[in-house]
Order: sequence, then structure tokens, then C-alpha cells
Amino acid sequence: MQIPYEVTARPDTGVNNAKLGIWLFLASEVMLFGGLFAAYVFLRIGADAWPGMMMYGTETMAERADQILNVPLATLNTMILIASSVTMVMAWASLKMDRFNRYKLYMGLTILLALGFLVVKGFEYGDKFDHHWYASTNNFLGVYFVLTGLHAIHVTGGILVNAYFWGPGTKLWKQGTARDKAHFTNRIEVAGLYWHFVDLVWIFLFPTIYLI
Amino acid sequence: MAEEMTLEDVKKHVKVYITVFIALAVLTVVTVAVSYLHMPFTPALLVALAIATVKAALVALYFMHLISEKQVILWVLLSAAIFLIGMFALFLGAQADQEDIAVLTKLILSSHVA
Repeated sequence: MQIPYEVTARPDTGVNNAKLGIWLFLASEVMLFGGLFAAYVFLRIGADAWPGMMMYGTETMAERADQILNVPLATLNTMILIASSVTMVMAWASLKMDRFNRYKLYMGLTILLALGFLVVKGFEYGDKFDHHWYASTNNFLGVYFVLTGLHAIHVTGGILVNAYFWGPGTKLWKQGTARDKAHFTNRIEVAGLYWHFVDLVWIFLFPTIYLI
Repeated sequence: MAEEMTLEDVKKHVKVYITVFIALAVLTVVTVAVSYLHMPFTPALLVALAIATVKAALVALYFMHLISEKQVILWVLLSAAIFLIGMFALFLGAQADQEDIAVLTKLILSSHVA
């Protein structure tokens, strides 16, 4: 079935449908993460101590998040994600300049950086599990795992989409007409908007969970 | 983003992207460095949120092209912001209510004991 797909701006909205669609989706994502942020705020307001008791039946008590979480690793991950946002926008700019090989390079880098982010995250989680710290341990770890976990799922989704546009999805560009190229570029722009949003969420998660 | 962008425009954009990247990296270092000062909670929170907001604005304005985006997108975002604030207001109200109930319960219990 042919999906009607236009990259020309609609006269009523002034933008193409894909762009309006992704922004509506991102608006709903704001509510999803916003709801969880609200949960975090109110759990913390109601807590006697934060992060608080880390082990049942022992005296292990943490007064700051950075006693439990690895700030250097999270800083590294912040840098990785920022870098991947730049490579993503460069991938799109490369298509605008009709340089397909550059696009492949930048999109490849974006995917690799995103995978790097997940590997670092894996080490972080592994360290928590070694300490027998789970989402069920206390509210602090519950918030930590739910928010960073949901974010990691979003990163994974971005990797899948970007990998498609790095590999099989390039067929559209290779068909070679100006229309095909414009459509492919539009898809990369939309995928990029999602990817930048994932970066944006992390920009708020990192200081509020790790540093405060 | 306008479809009618020229090659020159794109090249100018690339320079902006690099500048924004450097700014984001520097701000990340600043926010981590500030956290090592171990300031009291409220100023620490305000500084962290201020830096995060600047970083988020840079990403949204330049990488997501909001700075030159059509009005309809801005309306979508405004509605998201209104709903988000509304949700926080509802939760805040519920929290305040609960505190009132807790205070009342204590009062009632203490009067029974007396």
C-alpha cells in the first residue's frame, strides 16, 4: 500500500505533515517524562532523607546522590549524547549539501555514539546490581532506574530508526530523483528531531538525578 | 526549517552547530564543577536548572531549528507547556491537601488523647 507522503508544506499549517506529526509526538513525550519528573519531585519533597537508607537492616546511609551514582561516567555519557546530537544534525546538513558519503559517516557516528551511551549505562547499572541496589531498594533508586531506564529505551528506539536510515532506508535516496532525495532528507530531519529530544531529556535528567 | 535553503545557508548552519556543540560541552563541565562545590540544596538546584535550561534552549533553538520554525510548531509546544504546568499544579494541590489532612488528623488524634 502506498502511504501518501508529501514533503511540501501544507498551506494551512505552513509545515509538512511529518514535521507536525513528530512535534505532536514530542509534545506527548513531554507529558510522559513530565509526569515522571513530577513523581520524582513529590517523592523527594515527602522524603525524610534523600537518597536515604541504601541497605535494609544496616546503617548504610547516603546523603548525596553522588555517593551512589557515578558522576564521571554520567558526565562522559552527557558528552557522548551531545556529540551524537551534533553528528545527527551534520548528517542532515550533509544531505542538504547532496553529500551522501558524508551523511553515511555522520549517521554511522551517531549510531556508534548512541551504542556507546548504552554500554556506559550498562556498566553503571551493573555496578548498582553488584551492590544489590535495585529499583525496589528505595525511592531514590526507584526514580533513578525508572527515569534513566525509560530514557535508555528511547535511546534504543533512536538507534533502531537511525540504523534503518543508515542501511536499508537509504534505498530511497539511491533511487536518485530530486523528489526521492527530498523525501529522504525530510525523514532524516524528523528522525533528528526525535534524537535531539532524547538528548534534551538527558540534559535535565543528568543534573537533577546525579548532581543535586 | 525552510525547504528553500541554499547551499550557503547550510554551510553557515554547520558553523553554528559546531559553536553550539562547544557551548554545550563547556556548560556540562560547568554544571559538574559547580556540583563539587557542595552548595546548599536550593542554590544548587537553581544553578543546575538554570544551566540545564540554557543547554536545552540551545539544543531546541539550533539543532531542532526552533529559531526559524513555523508558528504552528510553537503553538504545539506552548500547549505542551501549558498542560505540563497544569499537571504540576494539580499534583502540587494534591500534595498541599494531603498536608492539610495530615495536620487535621494529628489535631483530632491529640484532642482524643487529651
